Amino acid sequence: MTAHGKQTEYQTGGFEPKIMAYVCNWCTYAGADLAGTSRMEYRPNVRIIKLPCTGRIDPLFIIKAFENGADGVLVSGCHPGDCHYTTGNYHARRRWIGFKNLMEFTGIDMRRLHFSWVSASEAIKWVDLINKVTDEIKQLGPFMEYKGLKGK
Amino acid sequence: MPRIGIFVCQCGNNIAATVDTKKVAEEMARLPGVVFACDYKFMCSSPGQDMLKQAIKDNRLDKVIVSACSPHMHEKTFRKASEAAGLNPYQCEITNIREQCSWVHHDKTKAAGTAKSIDLTRMTIERLKKNKPLKKINIPIKKKALVIGGGIAGIQAALDIAEGGREVILVEREPSIGGNMARLSETFPTMDCSQCILTPKMVEVELNEKITLYTYSEIEKVDGYIGNFIVQIRRKAKYVDEERCTGCGECIEKCPFKVESQFEMKLAKRKVIYTPFPQSVPNVPVIDAPNCPKIQKDKCGACAVVCGPKCIDFKMEDRIITEDVGAIIVATGYELMPNERFGEYGYGRIKDVISGMQFERLASSSGPTGGEIRRPSDGKTPASVVFIQCAGSRDEKKGVSYCSKVCCMYTAKHTMLYHHKVHEGQSYVFYMDIRAGGKRYEEFVRRAIEHDNAMYLRGRVSRVYEKDGKVIVQGADTLSGNQVEIEADMVVLATAIVSRTGADTVAQKLGIGYDKYKFYNEYHPKLKPVETVTAGIFLSGACMGPMDIPDSVAQGSAAAAKALSLFSSDEMMREPITAVVNKPTCNACWDCVTACPYSAIERDTVKNRDGVVVRWLAKVNDGVCQGCGVCVAACRSKAIDLKGYTDEQVYAAINAF
Ligand SMILES: Cc1cc2nc3c(=O)[nH]c(=O)nc-3n(C[C@H](O)[C@H](O)[C@H](O)COP(=O)(O)OP(=O)(O)OC[C@H]3O[C@@H](n4cnc5c(N)ncnc54)[C@H](O)[C@@H]3O)c2cc1C
Ligand code: SF4
Ligand code: SF4
Ligand code: FES
Repeated sequence: MTAHGKQTEYQTGGFEPKIMAYVCNWCTYAGADLAGTSRMEYRPNVRIIKLPCTGRIDPLFIIKAFENGADGVLVSGCHPGDCHYTTGNYHARRRWIGFKNLMEFTGIDMRRLHFSWVSASEAIKWVDLINKVTDEIKQLGPFMEYKGLKGK
Repeated sequence: MPRIGIFVCQCGNNIAATVDTKKVAEEMARLPGVVFACDYKFMCSSPGQDMLKQAIKDNRLDKVIVSACSPHMHEKTFRKASEAAGLNPYQCEITNIREQCSWVHHDKTKAAGTAKSIDLTRMTIERLKKNKPLKKINIPIKKKALVIGGGIAGIQAALDIAEGGREVILVEREPSIGGNMARLSETFPTMDCSQCILTPKMVEVELNEKITLYTYSEIEKVDGYIGNFIVQIRRKAKYVDEERCTGCGECIEKCPFKVESQFEMKLAKRKVIYTPFPQSVPNVPVIDAPNCPKIQKDKCGACAVVCGPKCIDFKMEDRIITEDVGAIIVATGYELMPNERFGEYGYGRIKDVISGMQFERLASSSGPTGGEIRRPSDGKTPASVVFIQCAGSRDEKKGVSYCSKVCCMYTAKHTMLYHHKVHEGQSYVFYMDIRAGGKRYEEFVRRAIEHDNAMYLRGRVSRVYEKDGKVIVQGADTLSGNQVEIEADMVVLATAIVSRTGADTVAQKLGIGYDKYKFYNEYHPKLKPVETVTAGIFLSGACMGPMDIPDSVAQGSAAAAKALSLFSSDEMMREPITAVVNKPTCNACWDCVTACPYSAIERDTVKNRDGVVVRWLAKVNDGVCQGCGVCVAACRSKAIDLKGYTDEQVYAAINAF
């Protein structure tokens, strides 16, 4: 497939899930950078979108990711109490609690949606998280329910 | 159609080892809007940057992407280079294909790394298409500081700022500056007399032309943001005209009424018209209105009769004044846990159980006993004194969980002062641990034990009671394992240091954080120890937690240095990542106002030609907004967006997933 299409595939033999990660700039993005500077290794299925804070993340972003072919979505930011903007992640957490119920109601398998706290120093946690989520979604198989929605 | 340029960095072999950079460039070149794409050995090198600039000019690029290392590394570099080539810096975006791709995917066939780099760059391209030019925000800076609290920390901060050539307003709640240090007798670890080292500084404050001192005043309201605070100050009625008062003290002399002196920790009385202590700055008395019969029921007025310059005015009222300042330093200090909390140690029942601060007053040559150690009940010189440390500290159940930090040191000091003044006297100290971590502090405590005969007993006091004019103290000495009973003449409690009553109200006016004990929170406990989450507001001294004088002074100077460095330029530049309200769609639900962690959103009005309010809407204050975007996700009408991270930009990236 070319760059024009959806997520670029490469030959591995099996199903390679596509995972979207929404992360905050200050903790998780920096933690993911640290995994790189420490030359750790993890599954290449994740595509990161950086936002200033988890508080900026609109639940619609998650639905849109599924519509665009994501098989799993990950949201990660600073630990409670550590948000660069003091309380942004509390807002995010409150929002997600409501949102989770809605997702469950619409029948999305909650194993496809992960919320986590990864600090700027937790490169190992980031690596483990990506590997765990990728493997879990591999098991679940492709997410088909929303694929038609986009009309593309 | 935009004219986008893509620059894929090989980073030597750092990226190229696991990403086929040439292929990434080729793939990107095919996307609509991309008119130029290449890969290059080191984009951040100066030839790399020159290449970028040249390509922008040659190909008339209006937007560029550098797919390279993390934006945390070189976003600034490439934005600057783009700007030099005539682009708006915010038309340059970075794709992170090193830290988050080539370095974490070790696949030597380059398949995974290349595929991911293509995807990430494609997402960035679509996002970039929606980028709007942004302009850094210029914030003008008012080069004047406000210091709240005139204890040693606030005094130091004010003097340093004035020394740096800037104007300072010092607001003190009491009739005089000086704070708690003014009460101390001698100070550890050097035993200089507190008044002797403090008074000259207080006088300096009064004489310094750059410092405007408002005593008997409090902060009423704070608006604005860094560089541009608008502060309302309540100047409480002193009933004495400060300008005309000569400080002769005739009025105090003649006033027939007395009440307990707070400054003397209730060990003495003062007049109703008073200065807290003889060296007060300013040396202008105030009338304690609730206790003045003239003001309350128009009886007396003796002071006005004797006042030569006729500066007493019983009709004086509070005034609110407004000041514009660029920075604020909070130095409101501490209080002591009220003695009344220590009924278990006999306080209240037994007159000769006093607090450490009361002992300071007894030992002070300007105190109620002229510096002689005499006990409150009968004025006798105590032949033995028991000091109880950690009264209320380090005990969540009975007081506070933290250590009050200065009590070990001042108790050692008290035993010395006692021994110096009462040579035959015996002091006992009940302690839990000795914390003497400062420079020359351990030596100081050892001196108390070895030279000044202090008997240290490790353990808790279980009971304090009165018997035949003695105070009996029962406790455990855990080191020897014995129960001890001491017949003392006086007991001194090292009561816990607590935050100021009303510290939370002050914090809320300022928009700064505080902990569960209402001590103010620094921005970062290690790296930003005098900053607060609110830009332009700094902290110093014991308002942040128990602290001794050397630390309070160091922090006063640190906060002053922060303010001075802010004042070193006329304006400050800020990243333009701020929220903006779309006026037509805002329905004034104020969800954003509640969500914003910085109170950056105001309730604004739209008026018609006749000045009548026709509607309300949210308005973001650019100076205060920190760009977190919490408001954007909170707004159900999608009426507020975040520049640099607009919904349009984010969705464009998601759609290119
Ligand atoms: C018994 C005892 C003995 C001590 N002995 C020593 C010693 O020997 N050596 C040593 O280094 N340290 C000693 N200390 C500690 C010392 O007192 C403090 O380190 C020091 O006083 C802290 O100064 P500060 O300016 O931060 O606070 P403070 O001295 O409390 O000053 C704060 C000032 O702010 C004013 N204020 C408060 N709220 C407001 C408001 N809302 N608006 C306007 N003004 C306000 C207050 O009136 C006060 O003037 C001792 C402490 C105690 C309790
Ligand atoms: S949340 Fe949205 S609609 Fe409500 S006041 Fe703020 S901008 Fe206006
Ligand atoms: S972006 Fe954050 S700081 Fe700015 S107005 Fe919105 S919530 Fe407040
Ligand atoms: S900045 Fe990381 S969650 Fe708010």
